[in-house]
Formats: sequence, C-alpha cells, structure tokens
Amino acid sequence: MTDDDKSGSEHQPGELSGPHLPILNQPSTRRTALKAVGAALGLAAFGRAVSPLWSIPENVSVDEFLQQHYKELSEADKKKVFERLEAETKENYGANVTISDPQPIPGVRFGYAINLSKCNGNGACMEACNKENNHHRGVDQSYIRVLEMSKGSLDMEHGTTTFDHTVPQDDKFYMPVQCQQCENPPCVSACPVEATWQEDDGIVVVDYNWCIGCRYCEAACPYHARRFNWEQPEIPAEEVNPDQGYLSNRIRPQGTMEKCHFCLHRTREGRAPACLEACPTGARVFGDLNDPDSDINWILKNKRVFVLKEELGTKPNFFYFFDS
Amino acid sequence: MSMSSTTDSIQSPVESADLIRSYPGFLWWGLGEATNGGLRFYVWMFALTAISLVGANAWAHQVAEGMIVTNMTDHVSWGLYIANFTFCVGLAAGGVMMVIPAYLYDDEEMHKVVIVGEAVAIAAIVMSTLSVVVDLGRPDRFWHLVPGIGRVNWPVSMLTWDVIVLNGYLLINLHIVGYLLYMRYLGRKPNPNWYVPFVFLSIAWAISIHTVTAFLYCGLGGRPFWNTALLAPRFLASAFVSGPAFIILVMRILRITTGYTAAPGPARTLIQIIRVAMTINLVMLASEFFTLFYTGGAHGASAQYLFFGSHGHYGLVPWIWTAITFNIVGAILFFMPSALDRGSVRITACVLCIVGIWIEKGMGLIVPGFIPSTLHEIVEYSPSLVEWKVTAGIWAFGILMLTVLLKLIVTVFTGEQGTAEA
Ligand code: SF4
Ligand code: SF4
Repeated sequence: MTDDDKSGSEHQPGELSGPHLPILNQPSTRRTALKAVGAALGLAAFGRAVSPLWSIPENVSVDEFLQQHYKELSEADKKKVFERLEAETKENYGANVTISDPQPIPGVRFGYAINLSKCNGNGACMEACNKENNHHRGVDQSYIRVLEMSKGSLDMEHGTTTFDHTVPQDDKFYMPVQCQQCENPPCVSACPVEATWQEDDGIVVVDYNWCIGCRYCEAACPYHARRFNWEQPEIPAEEVNPDQGYLSNRIRPQGTMEKCHFCLHRTREGRAPACLEACPTGARVFGDLNDPDSDINWILKNKRVFVLKEELGTKPNFFYFFDS
Repeated sequence: MSMSSTTDSIQSPVESADLIRSYPGFLWWGLGEATNGGLRFYVWMFALTAISLVGANAWAHQVAEGMIVTNMTDHVSWGLYIANFTFCVGLAAGGVMMVIPAYLYDDEEMHKVVIVGEAVAIAAIVMSTLSVVVDLGRPDRFWHLVPGIGRVNWPVSMLTWDVIVLNGYLLINLHIVGYLLYMRYLGRKPNPNWYVPFVFLSIAWAISIHTVTAFLYCGLGGRPFWNTALLAPRFLASAFVSGPAFIILVMRILRITTGYTAAPGPARTLIQIIRVAMTINLVMLASEFFTLFYTGGAHGASAQYLFFGSHGHYGLVPWIWTAITFNIVGAILFFMPSALDRGSVRITACVLCIVGIWIEKGMGLIVPGFIPSTLHEIVEYSPSLVEWKVTAGIWAFGILMLTVLLKLIVTVFTGEQGTAEA
C-alpha cells in the first residue's frame, strides 16, 4: 500500500476529536458522493442477485405467510384455509379436491402389525402409498421402504432396499418399514416450532404449513420415516387423489417435511390404510390397541411380537411378527 | 508500517445526555470510517461483496427451485451448511473463551486482543445464523421460531435452545464491542460496570452455545455416531484451538496491513491455550477411535465408513485423513519453540489447525452421522456447486463484517494508544 492509497481520513481519529459534530468530520463531499454511488450500485447488484426470489409471491400468498399453527386455528379459520388450499390445488394442479380434517376418535389408539412370514416383498404397499398420498411422481416417493433381509439375521446391515429381482427369493425375507408412530417420538421432541406432534390416537402428524423445513426431525427419527419435499411435488391432474386430509395426504408444499400418518383421513373414518388394502398377501394387520377384541390385540397376545430398535426407548406402535 | 496517530486526544467530559445525543454521530462516523480506505481496502471489500452476491444469488435460486439444487437427500439430510454452522459456532465460542486469561490475570495487553476476539465472535455468530437460515426449506417461515409471535418448542427442542443462546450471545457481544468502541470514540474511559459483567456473562455463554450445539447432535439416540457423551467436551476443546488460532491469524493480518499490534505476551498465552486444547482434542479423538473400533457394532459403522470406507464407498476418507494430518502436524508445529515467536511456523500451524478442525467438526462429523442411514443404507453425499457458492458467500459476508468491525477497532484503539512495537 503506498501512502497515496490511504488518502484522507483513514486511521486518523484525531480528526474526530470533537465528539459533537462528527458529521463535519466526514471526508470531502466528493468522496461521500462516490460512496453513495457505490452503495447504490451495491444495492442494485444485491437486487439482481436475489431476483429469483421475486417468483415467490406467486407461490406464497399473504394469507399463507400469516397463517397460524394448526392448533391455533378456529373452525372458521380452518374453513378459510382449506378453501384457499383447495383453490391453490385447482390452480397449480388442475384438480378438484376436498380437504377435510377428521379428528381422532375418542378412546382409540391405532396400532399396526406386519406378518413377516407372509410379506413377500412385492411392494404393492409402496405403490398404494404413492397414489393414495399424492406423492411426488418423479421420484416414486412413498412412506414405506421394503427391506430385503437375509434369512438368519435381523440386522438391517444385511438388508437392502434397492433390490429389483423377482420376489420372493428363497434365502430372503422382507421387512417393510414406515413411521412406527412412536409413543415416545424423538422427532416431536426435536422440532423447534412444534410443527409435528402426536395426536390422541397415537398418530404423529405434521402441519405442512407450519414446518420451517429445518429437517431436525429427519435427523432424529431412528426409522428413516420422514421425507422432505426437496422440490414441489409433481402429479398429473388425473392422478391427484381428491380425498384429502389437512394433516395427511393433501399435496405438500415445497420445502416442508412429511411422513406416514396411518392414512388418518381413511382410518379415522373407519376404513383401512391404503397399504393394508393393497397388500395381496394379507401380511398387514391394523386396528385399535384399546379394543381388547381387535385383530391387532389378538396378534399382540398370541404371537411372538417384536418392535424395531426397542433399545432406543421410542416405544413404537408398529409391530412385527412371524407365523408359528 | 505503522499508521501515524496524532492524537493524545479527547478529554472533553461529556454529559450523559450528550452520550445519547452523540450516538447517531458515532454510528454515522462508523459508517464513514468503514467505507474509507486505500485502494487495497476497496479492492478487498469489492471482492468480498462480489462473493457474497454470488452466494446470495445461489441461495435465491435454492429458495425458488427448492433444495433439490443441493446434493442433500432424505438419507443425508444435513450437509455442508450444517457442517459450516457447527464450525462457526465453535469459532464464535473460541473467540471469546480466551477472554478468560485476560480477566483472570488482569492482563492489560490482552485487552487489545480480546476486543479482536469479540469481533471475531460477532462475525462468526452471524455466519452460523446465516448457515442455519440457508439450510431451511422455508426461510419465509422464519418467524415461527421467534418467541412470542411464533410457537417455539421450548425447553424440549435443542434447536430452539440453540436459536435462543446464539442470539443472546450475539447481543451480548454486540453490546461489549459497541460499548467499548463508543467510549473510546468519545475519548472516555469505559466504565467497567458497564462491560465487565457482560464479559463474564459472555464467557459462560460461549461455553453454553457450543455445548448446546453439541447436544443438538449427541441427543439423538437414533444416530449412534453422534450419540456419545464425548461430543460436547470435544467441541469445546476444538473451539479452544480454532478460536485462538483464528485470532492469531487476524492479528497477524492486522499488523501487516494496519500496524495494529499487541505485545507478544497475549499471543504466547494463546499458543499455550492451543497446545493444551489441541492435546486434549487429540486424546479424545484417540479414545473415541478406540471405542468405535474395538467394540464395533452400530456405533462403529459410521466410523468405519468415515475413516476407511465401507461396502465400496469411500467418499469421506480423503476428507477425514486430511483433517487428521492437518491437526497432528499443526499440533506438532504449535509445540515447537519457534511457534512462540512471530513467524511462519506459528502461522502455518494456525492455518493447518483451522482447516483441520473445519473438516473434522463439519464434513467429518455431520455427514457420517447419516451414513449409513438409520435403515443401514449407504447413500453418499458431496456438496453441490450451489452449496459451495452459498457457503462461500456466507464466509465472504462474515469476513466483510469482521473487516468493518476491525477497521473501527483499529482506528479507535490506535487513535488513543498509538502503535506499540511493530
Ligand atoms: S418412526 Fe420416526 S417419524 Fe415416526 S414417530 Fe417414530 S421418530 Fe417420529
Ligand atoms: S423439518 Fe419441520 S417438522 Fe421437522 S423439525 Fe423442522 S420444522 Fe419440525
């Protein structure tokens, strides 16, 4: 640096010794003017740099921006929100849908069990989930992953999810994994904004309009049950499932978290989850854990049942068993 | 080349009403001062601004098109951003923790270094906050995190804790630096009652930000690689290395460009801190290494992947061995007697340790937590161009802030004290 370079005021606080009128101590007006030009150019450059953001107001309306947490919405609020979402779906996907908000049935606690002796890894459940829940078609998204496991080991390290040969293979068995609807869910503790919580019937849900997309819950879940919307889901209009729940299968916005919700828009109305309905082997058993006569309770009482990663203390409401 | 500083300035007593009245003047002066400089200064600031803008542009694309433009996946759902976040929190904590000796031993010369440390802390906190913001899928919903208008999951969520302590830390350090600068600007002696309690608070707070950040990871039972009680102590130990090392570098640059310098004592104190902390860090690494590989099992799977690769995947192996080599060589250099003198040994050691810890606390810690996934799938990750751009932008912006802060500090301090030895 030559002496020329540091012209004027640099490092000469002596100039400012009068604390009263520091403005007068600013360097020459020419310099100030240059700075103003610099600042204006800088701002303009910043505006250009972030210009892709200007496309957002189309996607995020003021109403959406200001929307409160699900639990703080009154019935009237909900009605407005659902109507807005329906209109948005119409506009963006060209599909007419109804968004409902079925509540937990008092006294019911849902449980799910899979018979690993029956499951043959055909993957119909994954496909049904994809359709039922309006998943992004581009990536064949699904809440279920089917592991092909080596007989003789329950260690998932010896499993794979990327098999594409005919099933079942003789030396293998198949283990579908989805959200275990933990009674003690680490994902819920993790969420910094309470965008995910456990409902009275044990189902862990996400308010897709409250989630900030930090993905801490995804890091916290021990069962790889959460999915993030890395981009806006794409679904052809004719494939959109119009029967949608606000906390379940409505089309999720980009940048938010989602997960299996036991098809609550079906199960709370007395129907079976889509994956169970699709399963050709009858490996899946779903029902009310509080009802002593339910199928699921019969399984828990009569079969040798296990849960995944029991040592973590998550207390899954999702069970596995073998026949005999 | 020391700046001439003419003044023996400014004894004018100022009434307390004036204190408030002249504050806008102080800010205006700061603005002017921050934008004054020689050609090299302008080139430097211009370059930093340009890089920040590239980062802002990449981020804007990410927000508009979705985080699909990153290389993160549902398997490796945190990447470079959170890695960088972790390092910056350490830098922020380390920058201030070395305040301890200054006040413990009442080492006057140390104070000139301490204020630089506080400035580093401010810039580092801003960088870590930005790293989190760019990692959000929905930055437009940031207000959900604000207590009062949002809905915060406190005290259960560690992320909520982290947001709170980081912001608190930023405020405390802004207050300290702002107050000291303002007083010097007015030519008054800072009143210890107005900043010493905050300095102590910020020391305790520095430990808390790094501990809470460690808890963020080690509290997750489903991620065996992170789920170790050693994580928080290791974070602290490495912060005691990266913070002081960064400050030594900054002091060196300041001495070359502005002539701002402190006596050799403080730097030696810093080196002593680094020696101890680096040793502890390496001992803990060795102990971790032993536990991971001697017992094996789930805990070992990630470590296996990280250090040696597994099932034909070796993505992180070069990273981690670079980090370990840098850390060990850096530590050896720090232990050489010549590290106590100004010279290239010390600077090389600082650079090696900073880079080593950046990798170790970042890519070497965050990414392997996800590999293999909780269902034991191996999906690898390396950052996308967008992620690199955004991260570079954050660093450029942080350094820009730091430059401005340092400029004010140097002006005010050299104005009063002149420069000591060169
Ligand atoms: S399986 Fe994962 S997502 Fe489902 S409740 Fe348990 S922790 Fe949460
Ligand atoms: S991604 Fe959404 S649901 Fe998950 S922790 Fe973050 S805010 Fe909560």
